[in-house]
Amino acid sequence: MAQTAQAEAAHHDDRPHGLRRWLFSTNHKDIGTMYLIFALVAGVIGGLLSMGMRAELMEPGLQIFSNPEMFNVFITAHGLIMVFFMVMPSTMGGFGNWMVPLMIGAPDMAFPRMNNISFWLLVMAFTLLVTSLFMPGASGTTGAGPGWTVYAPLSTIGMPGIAMDFALLSLHLAGASSILGAINFITTIFNMRAPGMTLHKMPLFVWAVLVTAFLLLLALPVLAGAVTMLLTDRNFGTAFFDSAHGGDPLLWQHLFWFFGHPEVYILIVPGFGIVSQIVSTFSRKPIFGYLGMAYAMVAIGVIGFVVWAHHMYAAGISVNTQAYFVFATMVIAVPTGIKIFSWIATMWGGSIRFDTPMLWAIGFIFLFTVGGVTGVVLSNAGVDRSLHDTYYVVAHFHYTMSIGAVFSIFAAWYYWSPKMWGYMYSETLGKLHFWLMFIGANLTFFPQHFLGLAGMPRRYADYPDVYAGWNMVSSIGSYIGFAGVLVFLYMIANTFARKQKAAANPWGAGATTLEWTLPSPPPFHTYDTLPRIK
Amino acid sequence: MKIAGTFVSKGMAGSRLRSEGMAIFHRTLTVLAALAGLFIGGPAWAEDAAKPVVGMAKPWEMGLQTAATPIMRQITEFHTYVTIIITCIALFVLGLLVYVMVRFNEKRNPEPSRTSHNTTIEVIWTVVPIFILVAIAIPSFRLLFAQYDFPKADINLTATGNQWYWSYDYPDEGISFDSILVQDADLKPGQPRLLTVNNPVVVPVNANVIVGLKSNDVIHDWAVPSFGVKLDAVPGRLQKTWFRAEKEGMFYGECSELCGRNHAFMPIAVHVVSQKEYDAWVAKQKAAQLDTKGKVAAVEKK
Repeated sequence: MAQTAQAEAAHHDDRPHGLRRWLFSTNHKDIGTMYLIFALVAGVIGGLLSMGMRAELMEPGLQIFSNPEMFNVFITAHGLIMVFFMVMPSTMGGFGNWMVPLMIGAPDMAFPRMNNISFWLLVMAFTLLVTSLFMPGASGTTGAGPGWTVYAPLSTIGMPGIAMDFALLSLHLAGASSILGAINFITTIFNMRAPGMTLHKMPLFVWAVLVTAFLLLLALPVLAGAVTMLLTDRNFGTAFFDSAHGGDPLLWQHLFWFFGHPEVYILIVPGFGIVSQIVSTFSRKPIFGYLGMAYAMVAIGVIGFVVWAHHMYAAGISVNTQAYFVFATMVIAVPTGIKIFSWIATMWGGSIRFDTPMLWAIGFIFLFTVGGVTGVVLSNAGVDRSLHDTYYVVAHFHYTMSIGAVFSIFAAWYYWSPKMWGYMYSETLGKLHFWLMFIGANLTFFPQHFLGLAGMPRRYADYPDVYAGWNMVSSIGSYIGFAGVLVFLYMIANTFARKQKAAANPWGAGATTLEWTLPSPPPFHTYDTLPRIK
Repeated sequence: MKIAGTFVSKGMAGSRLRSEGMAIFHRTLTVLAALAGLFIGGPAWAEDAAKPVVGMAKPWEMGLQTAATPIMRQITEFHTYVTIIITCIALFVLGLLVYVMVRFNEKRNPEPSRTSHNTTIEVIWTVVPIFILVAIAIPSFRLLFAQYDFPKADINLTATGNQWYWSYDYPDEGISFDSILVQDADLKPGQPRLLTVNNPVVVPVNANVIVGLKSNDVIHDWAVPSFGVKLDAVPGRLQKTWFRAEKEGMFYGECSELCGRNHAFMPIAVHVVSQKEYDAWVAKQKAAQLDTKGKVAAVEKK
């Protein structure tokens, strides 16, 4: 019996099949793949929602959303899906799961079964959120529409229907999933590095995942607490956020942003790591200022926890509180600047190849710089008085943690997909995808700076006619960007159809991290014998 | 409302031109855009400064709305200053990126260097940004504290957010009214869509108006871009902001905190008039309110 099982295992490369392989998976590579497929599905849904929004905003008047509350449901779902079910699952769940063990020379994650439950909790969370779209929300509308920030009391008395509870429970599950994932990453990175792989020898992507895991571990419990309070306010008669009964709506904002600001770094820090790997690989140079780069991420993570109320300059917090948050927020520009300049210094003197991953990485650096400098503008409470809750903010955060993060995800996809699936993608399609997205993203979001400066508030289903011009440009840009997404989907199909085998290291001498020492695709179980790092 | 109509028709044609020296930069994020602004804003100086203005954006607007209060002027100046700095930084980074791509590509530089440290340059790119931030922070704090330097009130006004309209009270005058969006079908020629209300707030020019903000349901936000004013109306709180309009005219703003279905349909309109017109308006409102109150009292007596 034992012998037969053993023989069978050897025959099947020791990998279970069908439902057992995927549903019960404890393999970091399979779980990473599932995360990536999940993020792809969620990303397409979130992207379609944004197409609906841009189609509505292309011209003044209500063309698509005869009920403007439905527009609010769209912006809410778009935000939640993109943050919790697209960016986080792809950077941490997908590439983190796939690459962290490979890069540090570990056979798998520290807690393989917990890895499995992290993923499936996220699927449940997404199911709840999508279901909420079809449940009663505000009177006469289905779906919850308080924005991804879920400000009370709009999320309490303003959303009487059960859709809001579905969305909040979805956040709860997604948060639990992320906390488990974070514990797994921290344990793996601290305990399962191959002999010789000291913390200061770890690839920067692993550093990025480590910093992000700490942010998740510290920020998400706060969200969980706040969401619980909101649920009890809604359902069990408590009044944490109800001023009529001794609560305070601003308490929600403080709790939410104490989670929410680290959250935006959770979205972008893995991107920093990805871009560092790619810039170094395609410049054929070691990363410039490695320690500075690693500790800049640590610094961004730490400072990220003490700047939350810069989201609340218009909420009525005292002038001295605002002054502190102006100061603290500005400090973040320093480590961010170190990262930008170190990437450029890595390229300086290099021998740069412009393969698709490198295009995305350079595109990321440009977008992140534009979004970073407008962040410096917004950090000033005095001028934020004019820009708060306008499209300037929308432009700023899409340049950084949205489109910026998406560019890092696509960069990672092109960089690691030959390793993950063993097939080379088509350079032509990859480059077409990049240029469509680069032009589309800039055409969509750059004019939104103008709209914001001119005073157009965000989260508006309809706007005064004077804003028509730039909205038209922005919508056209978003269609071009979405065409890029379609090219991406075609590129994936094309990659698997043409089956062009990828070498173990398709990128040459610049790719020095451990995953490139493995065959493409790597065997189901890697590092049966631990590698030794000199 | 008839007056507002004439403002709009004049304003649409000419008010984009009402800019001063630095205003060219205000409209820009890039030098290129600045040049475009110069081109569009060319004959600005010909505009008659005495005409009442319309406080709203212009089509294809690229900058902040024209300032109508000292605070907004200060915001605009500061924004211009910071925008010049960040534009230079962004162009500097873009220039470096283009340079390394051209100079250090595979063809021109087949052998990469192995440099991975340079303490001097690392110190420079840490310290120089700190100085730039200090140079931004000093005027920034000056602006922030100026915004909270409340003057003595000439007019007290309370704005209360409701789903989905604003109510206004003049506690000193005993005037109160609701201010509701005028539907598209009811707009008179020249009235801007989604900004026009049935009863705009009326305040005298050059008066310090203290605005108290309250809410009856969810959080709303009272914002008038050309005044540099934006503050949440939070249920259970009374929050205050202020402005001193220096130009007569109709100034528009919109609710700036997501408040549900008709968030985009509860605009703010402030009609800034001469002291004389204001006094006349107050007298008329008082008479009208007395009238309604008298009637209500009469009904109750029965």
